Amino acid sequence: MNILETSRLGKRYGSTWALRECTLAIPAGHVTALVGPNGAGKTTLLNLAVGLAAPSAGVVTVLGGRPAGSPAALDGIAFVAQDTPLYKTLSVADMVHLTRNLNRRFDRRYAHSRLGELDIPLRRKAGKLSGGQQAQLALTLALARRPRLLVLDEPVAMLDPIARHDFMATVLMAAADDGVSVLLSSHVLAELERVADYLILMSRGRVQMAGEVDDLLASHRLLTGPAAEAGQYERPVVHVRRGAVQAHLLVRAAADEPVPPGWEAHPVGLEELALAYLREPSAAALPGPARDRDIESSEVTK
Amino acid sequence: MTALTLPARRDEDASLPPVSWRQMAWVTWRQHRMMLAGVAVVLGALAVTLVIAGLRLHHAFAAAIACRPVTSLACNNLVSTFNGTNGFLANGYVLQAVPALIGAFAGAPVLARELETGTFRYAWTQGFGRWRWTLAKLVPLAVTVAVAAGALSLLSAWYYQPYFAADNLNLSLASTPSLDSGTFGIRGIAFAAWTLAAFAIGALAGMLIRRVVPAIAATLAVYVGLGAATVLYLRPHYLTPVLTRNVFLPPASASYVSQWWTKGGRRQSPFAMTRIYDQLVPGVSSKAQKVHEFYQVVPRYLTQHGYTEWTRYQPGSRFWPFQWIEGGWLIVLSALLIAATVWLVRRRAA
Repeated sequence: MNILETSRLGKRYGSTWALRECTLAIPAGHVTALVGPNGAGKTTLLNLAVGLAAPSAGVVTVLGGRPAGSPAALDGIAFVAQDTPLYKTLSVADMVHLTRNLNRRFDRRYAHSRLGELDIPLRRKAGKLSGGQQAQLALTLALARRPRLLVLDEPVAMLDPIARHDFMATVLMAAADDGVSVLLSSHVLAELERVADYLILMSRGRVQMAGEVDDLLASHRLLTGPAAEAGQYERPVVHVRRGAVQAHLLVRAAADEPVPPGWEAHPVGLEELALAYLREPSAAALPGPARDRDIESSEVTK
Repeated sequence: MTALTLPARRDEDASLPPVSWRQMAWVTWRQHRMMLAGVAVVLGALAVTLVIAGLRLHHAFAAAIACRPVTSLACNNLVSTFNGTNGFLANGYVLQAVPALIGAFAGAPVLARELETGTFRYAWTQGFGRWRWTLAKLVPLAVTVAVAAGALSLLSAWYYQPYFAADNLNLSLASTPSLDSGTFGIRGIAFAAWTLAAFAIGALAGMLIRRVVPAIAATLAVYVGLGAATVLYLRPHYLTPVLTRNVFLPPASASYVSQWWTKGGRRQSPFAMTRIYDQLVPGVSSKAQKVHEFYQVVPRYLTQHGYTEWTRYQPGSRFWPFQWIEGGWLIVLSALLIAATVWLVRRRAA
């Protein structure tokens, strides 16, 4: 089942396309990171996925073909929007009760024990909680709905490092223990490798790269060699970093492809890879039809 | 950690009942109880004011009409007392503001606040679904404030009774025709209907404008505009006005739609009639002792000289038909506005 499927999806605000020609198929069971600079169209894509925005072009379905925003889709998706909007004047207990009353499924025991573990007082007003606690409350409410897909829009952007770590730990636990698929947007690349196993890279309203992290890493290499020969490499080059003597080429090539004489090949890290693509908005690496997870390919990079 | 693990219960999905409207009703109540309390406090304060002021008014009225002989100085004083009682309420404008305030401060924020603070991203992505959420908020709240306003209008109908009763008495008591524009909208079903409409206007304005304060301002402006248009252009034509000629003393409680003069079948311009009046006044004034006699003498004189006065008016007996007509179209309008709001929520997005 694909947790999110889009076909030539586009969204226009006025005369500006926030998202164009977006075709994706994210299989279930992944923690998917949606990465890109501000204004890349990440929030637009997420809003389309949860039904807060209607497409200007194309189609978007979730949870194996349910139209985005339909009751059946909303039933299985929990969304935590940017800056985790909560009713500031309601108490934590009221927010729990509210969310429970707005959903068919709600695990109140989970919500209460999780909030207890986080030391979030039930009587306190949501607006009086710290930023980290508000984010944790919003996440707890979302997870207590027992979604199949958890959608998080810039969940950690406003959090300090500890709160950020705790938040992501909760997300990863839900993904690992309960099989919740996660789709999160971020412009923070640092923790990506630890968190995500599926990556969508966006810039300027277009999807630049999409695929399983292991596949993406396996199909890219960093070549280091004499700067004078940097222009002669024949395989697709994503990004060139030139020094006085040496040049570093990030290329699309499998591990078993031959390396030109005088050059050294290294496996590439996710952050490095993402940065290289973001610096070259015209480069693209889009997979064909979505494949099932391929365990073999992950061996190659290790 | 096991206690915090979410057991997989995917198979139960189909058997789970949908979210009930009752659950949603709790949400509406929890989120808007302060607003409803505010409405209750304002209406309650007005009710107390009306009762206290109303007792005074009714008392003054009873004293004035019981006084004999009518022409005595004591009786004149009692009439003046009644006429001067509760001047701030007499024209009905204070109460006319109530639906506008409810629409602006209770109706407009319902959606505007969600859109302004971003909480709609939470509310509209819950399993209940956003158009049902909107419907389950707007309809109960609109009906509640309308019913509360309706209760207050019973009191205001009682309060203004002396003015309508005075209309039929040939005393110099302050009186009001029953279709008077100042009080028509605050009695009968019109008050509740106007409150409903104001709330619906506020809700739609909030959805369209997405900011609380501008939505409040827009609601007030639209309400005032709609109210003025109703008084000036709609209400006089709910039913075909009665046409009559040469009525020097108009029927009690009539509300004029228009008046004009003809001579020899030709309609006279108001300008021409003013000139004729001006020429007559010096001669007539000496004969007419009182102002109202003047207004009888001049038309009588004109009639004798071949002029015919035509009057189109709405008789006061049409109060209830007019109430049902006005209440009816306001309720239909409110339903349309709420439906439009729900449709916008359903269709439109962030």
